[in-house]
Amino acid sequence: MNIINILEEIEKVDGEVYERLNPRRAAMKSFYGFGSKVALAALPMALGSMFKKAYGQTTNGVIDVLNFALTLEYIEYNFYQTGINTAGLIPAGTPAVGAINTIRDHELAHVNLLKGAITASGGTPVSFTAASFDFTAKGNFPTVFSDYPTFLAVAQVFEDTGVRAYKGQAGNLMSSPSVLQTALQIHSVEARHASHIRQMRKAPAGGGLTSLKPWITGANDSGVAAAAASYAGEDNVTQLDINIPGLGFSVNASTEAFDEPLGKDQVLAIASLFIK
Amino acid sequence: MKSLQGEKEVLLQESGILTAKLQRRSFLQYAGAGVAGVALVAAGCKKDKSIPGLDTGVDLGSGDPGILNYAYALEQLEGAFYDAVVKSPYTGIPANELALLTDIRDHELAHREFFKKALGTGAIVNLTVDFSSINFADRTSVLTTAKTFEDLGVSAYNGAGKLLKTAKYLEVAGKIVSVEARHAALIRDLISNGSFADLTAVDANGLDGALTPIQVLTKAKAFIKTAINASNLPTS
Repeated sequence: MNIINILEEIEKVDGEVYERLNPRRAAMKSFYGFGSKVALAALPMALGSMFKKAYGQTTNGVIDVLNFALTLEYIEYNFYQTGINTAGLIPAGTPAVGAINTIRDHELAHVNLLKGAITASGGTPVSFTAASFDFTAKGNFPTVFSDYPTFLAVAQVFEDTGVRAYKGQAGNLMSSPSVLQTALQIHSVEARHASHIRQMRKAPAGGGLTSLKPWITGANDSGVAAAAASYAGEDNVTQLDINIPGLGFSVNASTEAFDEPLGKDQVLAIASLFIK
Repeated sequence: MKSLQGEKEVLLQESGILTAKLQRRSFLQYAGAGVAGVALVAAGCKKDKSIPGLDTGVDLGSGDPGILNYAYALEQLEGAFYDAVVKSPYTGIPANELALLTDIRDHELAHREFFKKALGTGAIVNLTVDFSSINFADRTSVLTTAKTFEDLGVSAYNGAGKLLKTAKYLEVAGKIVSVEARHAALIRDLISNGSFADLTAVDANGLDGALTPIQVLTKAKAFIKTAINASNLPTS
């Protein structure tokens, strides 16, 4: 990126670009000098804040998506943190401790990343604390923090729902390619978590669900009837009007090979069960 | 971590400028609105179009079909690999591992056949693979290669999503990438329990990898005999 070239190109079509900018001309002169010295990575940031002032940038659609994602990440982070803080829940001295810590750390990183992105885009991040949440989901999971298999079952539903939620928002981020890419980079991490949590539930201590796979088979394969909404439509076997079993694959493989999205309203309905 | 996050914010800002904002106000009211955007990019970035090693052979094409052919090429590679693994499983493979690898084989072949069908007459030819570096009798050799392919696949879809112009193609790519991530996590756990999303896969900001098609194809080349021309693929 050559910022001087960019400004000159803009000036050709908008002679008043410098007048729109704040600081104005005098400050722009020093900016020219500044531009030659400052690290390349800092330039787009400086340019971004200049354009925000000059053209009154608002990207409400994108900020809405980011706040939606932030809400989900807060739920996940506080869920794992509460689990870790509950003595005797996660079997001490087993690989489960490291795995849950890894996942918790990622969710916290996502919270911080999204908060930063929203603020940088001129929006206001939503805010939640552990006290904001009811992880029994209005009494559906009364033993979520006393029974380890239940804790893992809820974790699986959170992760699979998170994957579906990000997937459902990708189309709304096409106007902002870098935001889209970041969202995709979070999305696949949630899928890695889901894969591992499903493996943890297969272990005897985690519930011994030996038929469970790292991928979603059919619709609700979680073994939790109350989670049906989180898996609605996962049994779809048609992609871009192409019937996948018609290509010679089993129905199970056809559903496993493609994860399905969930819409914002569907996700918020699920999330609202966990928010006081 | 702090500086990495700063860089992410920079990227977010940058994207906003080059898309949403510039398409809106006064200077784009001028006749050359679209042209101005192009000129901006041209002025701001000088791109080197030459791609040594990926500029001759099977042409992936341009635009969205080019990206779909790129995905089809990678799925061909993965499909051929797991097909070979399942046909000739490594020594002492436990039944549950064979079942999991067979599932993955079926998923990759479903992805491959899906892309072939979706691309129709625009699909590239069948690629010839080169698996001479893999010892299919050895668990470590097979799983290490599987890890490479799955992590690469995730990074490939994550990096290509923003290159797609059609929402329905982005959606289907999104449907596939999370399945690749589930595979990647499982394969990593088979190698070492708990490595499903360690720092070699996910960075300190909790972000999975994202690579450009050129970066991905450069890594994949070692396993593909057929020469591939990726020079017409979109880069932004």
